[in-house]
Amino acid sequence: MFVEVTLALFEGLINTCIIFFITLLAALPLGLLIAFGSMSKIKPISKVIKVFVWIIRGTPLMLQIIAIYYGPALIFDLGIMPRLIAVLVAFIINYACYFSEIYRGGIESISKGQYEAGQVLGLTKGQIFNKIILLQLVKRIIPAMSNEVITLVKDTSLARVIVVTEVLKVAQDYAAKGLIWPLFYTGVYYLVFVGVLTLLFNFIEKKMDYFKV
Amino acid sequence: MAFFEVKNLYKKFGNTEVLKGVSFSVEKGEVLVIIGSSGSGKTTLLRCLNFLERADCGEIILNDEVLFEGKESKSRKDNEIRAKRLHFGLVFQSFNLFPQYNVLQNVCLAPKLLLKEEINQLTKNIKSEIKSLPSAERKEYKKKRLNDIKDYKNQKTNNISKEAIRLIERVGLQEKINNYPCELSGGQCQRVAIARALALNPEILCFDEPTSALDPGLTDEVLKVIKGLKNSDRTMIVVTHEMAFAKEVGDKIIFMADGVVEEEGSPAEVFERPKSEKTKAFLRMPYNE
Repeated sequence: MFVEVTLALFEGLINTCIIFFITLLAALPLGLLIAFGSMSKIKPISKVIKVFVWIIRGTPLMLQIIAIYYGPALIFDLGIMPRLIAVLVAFIINYACYFSEIYRGGIESISKGQYEAGQVLGLTKGQIFNKIILLQLVKRIIPAMSNEVITLVKDTSLARVIVVTEVLKVAQDYAAKGLIWPLFYTGVYYLVFVGVLTLLFNFIEKKMDYFKV
Repeated sequence: MAFFEVKNLYKKFGNTEVLKGVSFSVEKGEVLVIIGSSGSGKTTLLRCLNFLERADCGEIILNDEVLFEGKESKSRKDNEIRAKRLHFGLVFQSFNLFPQYNVLQNVCLAPKLLLKEEINQLTKNIKSEIKSLPSAERKEYKKKRLNDIKDYKNQKTNNISKEAIRLIERVGLQEKINNYPCELSGGQCQRVAIARALALNPEILCFDEPTSALDPGLTDEVLKVIKGLKNSDRTMIVVTHEMAFAKEVGDKIIFMADGVVEEEGSPAEVFERPKSEKTKAFLRMPYNE
């Protein structure tokens, strides 16, 4: 029985991993775009983006998943989309907005002098960002990012509201059949997942210990 | 015509007029020292020269080339401004070294990026060059050109490193070449910043209160490096609060007050026989004696 549950949970872990990695892969760059947008000198753009970020951060992720899954079908009479896609879209938008605020804080905390030093040396805006700002930014935002990424691991369990089978959903199905302990057992999966990430973030922080910002 | 000339420069921030018509000129190889109390517009002036701020009107002329004219449109292309900035170097009060790079990398970064751009341009040019050739020769020609460019790049990269090492030795930091800014003292950081500015061989090197952020014991080593540059015939504009240093290193002194040049002349004229009441008052302040 134990082996059977372990394997079933592993099957659920596949979707958990898909949600986690694809969200991360898409939301990290998208968040940077949103951050640039919210810092844009063109007022209408930054206003619209700020309102958007407010809405996304101001409503529960669970609600957003439901809205994206059912919304298009209800409002525009479109067909219903695959469940996993709806979950991914909701997660990517949600996390991109959170990341964007982390990026924005990081970018704004880097001293103007760094940009000016680059400018005076005749570098382009792109060169200044890529060669000077980026690594300092990464170093600054790593602690906040690691928090957010760890939250993402556990948020994947929200996918079950539209019946995407991830770890917790598998355990819940067992619970519905009267087998309670798999529900608690899922904790081990999350703990190991987060443990590996914590080690990874510690490693990255160590790697960047050689300079101070 | 002077080597470098600034005419009637004006700059406003909001409603505050910071520069109210600043004019001066510098000859090649001269050291111009700008003194004056805080808020008199010295730093803004330097920032306008380096195009970190855009002056509202006035003219900046270097070597008969008009770099800035007040009436020009605001929408200048980034590239044009970049090209103009390269005439100038600027050493900041707060060093602004790049913390993730070691001393050598800090000095090499900009020259290497400029070289990279040049190489990209050369490589792009090949395409248009081979258009005029018969198709049979194109491949051969392209191969040859790419090889030439590669050699050129290697040679230039080599030169950049050699020059950087020479500059680092010149500011006396050869032993720190692989250290990161966080491992250096303030004075050492500022010396690296000077080497970094020199690496692009600017026609005019500007210093914005280069010792103001340093502990008293560390100012001398930086001032010594700047004095060393004077002997090498480089045109410099130095904003400083170190009056003894100003006297010693300046060929020409400008005293700024309230956004205008209140008094200018040789060190002897400005320090020993000031004409303006404001200059006299400024020099009498205990801090400046």
